Amino acid sequence: MGTITQMTEALRPRYPALVRVTHWLISLSFLALLVTGVEILISHPRFYWGETGNVNTPTLFKIPIPSSRDTVPTGYDYVLPDQNGWSRYLHFEAAWVAVLTGLLYGAFGFFQGHFRRNLLPAASDLSPKRLATDIARHLPFRRPGEEEAWSYNVLQRLTYLLVIFVLFPLVIWTGLAMSPTFASVFPGAITVLGGRQSARTIHFFVSIFLVLFLLVHVFMVYLAGFRKRVGAMITGRLTPPREGA
Amino acid sequence: MSKISRRKLLTTGLVAAAGATGLGVAAKLAERYGLIPPDAGVLYGAGETLTYAAQRLFARHSLAPEFARSQISKDPFANPVSPLGAEFQRLQEGGFADWRLAVDGMVPRPVSFSLAELRSFPRSTQITMTACEEGWSYTAEWSGPPLAHILSLVGALPQARYVVYRSFQPDWWDSIDMADALHPQTLLAVGMNGGELPVPFGGPLRLRIPRQLGYKNVKNITRLTLTDKLNQLGKGLGSASPEGGHAWYAGI
Repeated sequence: MGTITQMTEALRPRYPALVRVTHWLISLSFLALLVTGVEILISHPRFYWGETGNVNTPTLFKIPIPSSRDTVPTGYDYVLPDQNGWSRYLHFEAAWVAVLTGLLYGAFGFFQGHFRRNLLPAASDLSPKRLATDIARHLPFRRPGEEEAWSYNVLQRLTYLLVIFVLFPLVIWTGLAMSPTFASVFPGAITVLGGRQSARTIHFFVSIFLVLFLLVHVFMVYLAGFRKRVGAMITGRLTPPREGA
Repeated sequence: MSKISRRKLLTTGLVAAAGATGLGVAAKLAERYGLIPPDAGVLYGAGETLTYAAQRLFARHSLAPEFARSQISKDPFANPVSPLGAEFQRLQEGGFADWRLAVDGMVPRPVSFSLAELRSFPRSTQITMTACEEGWSYTAEWSGPPLAHILSLVGALPQARYVVYRSFQPDWWDSIDMADALHPQTLLAVGMNGGELPVPFGGPLRLRIPRQLGYKNVKNITRLTLTDKLNQLGKGLGSASPEGGHAWYAGI
């Protein structure tokens, strides 16, 4: 087993170069989107359902934080600094990076067999019993063995598929749904979401799920050995390329 | 090893040169076809340029969704604006009878219109959404002559590429390109929800551009200027918005 692993590693990296480059581009753009998204949110920390909503209309829910605008009743007697200008510029620039990188990654995933080979779980792994075993195995947060580093387990595969094919497309769709020009080209794409304010609300919740994924993902990397795994996502190699190491 | 390196270096150099040339040609073409926003040079201007270029290429003639009468917001909100000054107050007290909209720049001769004249022009009515960059929104019925009608009436010169608009709000000015200026839904709104346009919502005249966010729909308009370049106005970024940190184009 050991020799096979070593031989395989000599032939191909753990992560293809395109996966590594797109991984870090998406990470960077996601961080930019997250920070600027929070800044944009605090200018109106109120959420609605339907087409429209403003301070004169009832909310679906409010976030109990101060706002960067004095027109929003928050219960706080101070107003946060307004950072919307650069936040919006950077949010949309980072969104372009995320979308273009995502399209590149998606094309690679489909045409090079990355999704089929590395992310699609085996049918036998999807039985409730196997899934339950796998979840139980994860719960004690023990450090995974070396052999597990070479392939994703079924929970990883399902999570990555959810992030790649559900959460990311949804966050982009609901983001675009807030663009007035996008609405003029694809009005139906907003109507099916329940309206522009509904799209904004869904955008918020999908972002929360993406942040939860990020936290669990980083924690799992820490559990598996932070330096080694982050190193592998940079260089492609799980072990330093030294003789006899 | 050195052979491979040299080949790699040559290939990389060639690709880089081709890329740079390609980008140069693309930039020239984009400039020619009006795909570069005036604030393209700011820190995050690259993303802004992509958005503007994409929308001008693929959505030049799209129409903002219009809503049913039953969907008009019962509680619209108006962000407060800076004090409009003594002159505005005087005009308001006189029911805007003395108010005039000036049109100048690339026109055969500067003209101006009274509110009564603007109301007598063929009127377009739309129930569209106003969405603020902060996140809130409302729908209302807006009415007034399309800007395109006024531009043809005054004989706008074909060289004009932008319409600059100024407000009674001090130091506030903005501009749109001809794609938006000639768009059928771009109105000089003088009416709202069946009545006159209230001052907090932009009265006596608001430029209504439903495919862009609220802040491009400047209130209390007083003057339109046609021009072929924006680089000599203010800081040369196309409007007061980028000077305050916000994007010139708000179609997103």
